[in-house]
Amino acid sequence: MTTTTATADPAAEFLDRRSPLERARGVLHRYPALSPAIVLVLSVIVFGLLNDRFLALSNLSLITQQVAVVGTLAAAQTLIILTAGIDLSVGAVMVLASMVMAQVASGSGAPPVLALAFGLLVGMACGGLNGFLVTRLKLPPFIATLGTFNVFTAIALLYSRGATVRGGDMPAVMTWTGTTFPVFGVRVSTGVLLMLGAYLVLAVALSRTAWGKHVYAVGDDKDAARLSGISVNRVLLSVYLTAGVILALAAWIQIGRANAASPNVGVDMNLDSITAVVIGGTSLFGGRGVIWGTLLGALIVGVFRNGLSLAGLDVLYQTLAVGILVIVAVSLDQWIRKVRK
Amino acid sequence: MTTIDDTSTAGTPAVVPDATPVLQARGLVKTFGRVVGLDGVDLDLYPGEVLAIIGDNGAGKSTLVKCLTGAETPDQGEILLDGNKVHFKRPQDARAAGIETVYQTLAVSPSLDIASNLFLGREVRRPGFLGTVLRLTDRAGMRESARRELRELGISTLQDVTVPVENLSGGQRQAVAVARAAAFGSKVVVLDEPTAALGVRESGQVLELVRTLRDKGVPVIIISHNMPHVFEIADRIHVQRLGRCAATITPQSHTMTEAVAIMTGAAQA
Ligand SMILES: Nc1ncnc2c1ncn2[C@@H]1O[C@H](COP(=O)(O)OP(=O)(O)O)[C@@H](O)[C@H]1O
Ligand SMILES: [Mg+2]
Repeated sequence: MTTTTATADPAAEFLDRRSPLERARGVLHRYPALSPAIVLVLSVIVFGLLNDRFLALSNLSLITQQVAVVGTLAAAQTLIILTAGIDLSVGAVMVLASMVMAQVASGSGAPPVLALAFGLLVGMACGGLNGFLVTRLKLPPFIATLGTFNVFTAIALLYSRGATVRGGDMPAVMTWTGTTFPVFGVRVSTGVLLMLGAYLVLAVALSRTAWGKHVYAVGDDKDAARLSGISVNRVLLSVYLTAGVILALAAWIQIGRANAASPNVGVDMNLDSITAVVIGGTSLFGGRGVIWGTLLGALIVGVFRNGLSLAGLDVLYQTLAVGILVIVAVSLDQWIRKVRK
Repeated sequence: MTTIDDTSTAGTPAVVPDATPVLQARGLVKTFGRVVGLDGVDLDLYPGEVLAIIGDNGAGKSTLVKCLTGAETPDQGEILLDGNKVHFKRPQDARAAGIETVYQTLAVSPSLDIASNLFLGREVRRPGFLGTVLRLTDRAGMRESARRELRELGISTLQDVTVPVENLSGGQRQAVAVARAAAFGSKVVVLDEPTAALGVRESGQVLELVRTLRDKGVPVIIISHNMPHVFEIADRIHVQRLGRCAATITPQSHTMTEAVAIMTGAAQA
């Protein structure tokens, strides 16, 4: 039997003979949240230099509040993308859940807890339907959620008859997520805290539970996961259901942020959520990425939008910048993934 | 990198003919539409032996192994483990019964680290509230046992079990896959073409691993195209031909040329 007097650092074996560029790529590959962290720090510095109002505490607080809803959607999106899927319906699910919450809370005189519970059920039902289409009918996630995106959007409009429910018509609990309180001089909204809570729970679940490992394994290589004894369909279904729960949370945060529930808001948030995930270093091919990267990605999008608008540029330039960010992020991912073949 | 000391040649354990086989297959039939994968195969695996399966492309080697390990269900025939009939519907079933497999299409998850791969599908939870209620895994404990397992198998090039498997060389990945199959007190280890994609030195390491396993008393089924490897490592050789077992020979009873002749149908056993 060989005793373990092996080479001191086995990593050295494949680290040495590489150029600095390859080494950088190796590091970025191993720590997917590193590149978005660098980009976020750089963009905060640049926008701070361009406009001194950018770094004002009130503006930073505004950015976090602007990020809360998309950030929460993106957390759900990350789960799906980690399994090599994509969810085009996240915005629609959130809108539908928020309309149900708002109608139940405003119309029936039911306790707000019940309204939230109904919203949660709607979120899980929508997620469950997506999961069913993907695991049982074997539809590609892109197609399945393109279909349900339209279905959910239409149902939300029909159900609400196209009408917005104002925050004042609902019990205070429904808009509680929009209330703010000071933390070291920065006004933080409850919605932001809830979003951070969701990230924390997901981060622990993904890195410290068997379920989390299985999510990565399924995204990595479905067949290998199956042969390792993982029930691939069960994992996928659980991922879509969990996403539904998070989307219901996003609905609540959205009601607080907008101080209203409107069937016409949030559809464009689909793409922003995917953007945040991709910029955050999660691979669209599945199996690679960390949830904190997505939070950074959402913050980057928020910082770009806010910084460019402070600079007085038209909103179209924000869209342009976000588009370029996505393309750069995906190209970077392609390049990073080339580590070792 | 360890160097393999090749002094330990052919410590062939005597196969007790009347011992109960650990694993038996009787009359396995498996068809894929009109293609006959297996056409009534018998197989016996005795305690503490290395059984090689050889055969031409398409002879049914992989299908045979898949039936034994639950990745396919045979249309007919029966499988006995320690003399008891078993029905594997899924790989999990075979795994739960103690049959561990390294498939030809290496079933590892590249982005997960070595320890996570070793424990994939059978993660260990933390004791107490953290484990039972919060379902947190015992990461430190799993890493520690992964290290110990690799050490016991003599795989000293894989000391950092937190390295993602995608950063490893082909041979190291194969070692991870074999280690996963060999760990956790498995009853039978099955390897489908474990050296096919490997260089000379890496193949040597995998064969050394097979020997270590046998010396620990774990019987091994190994599929290989490589006659020198087969004759170096096997106690008995199951020759698969056209979906059937053409013969069962030993490295002592036949030469490589004779084995190939049986395999291709040029000679009878
Ligand atoms: N999933 C499958 N579908 C259809 N035919 C298959 C399948 N798996 C194996 N076969 C066929 O069964 C026969 C045996 O294949 P296999 O067991 O892979 O052979 P070997 O591993 O000996 O090369 C081949 O003719 C092959 O084409
Ligand atoms: Mg084969």
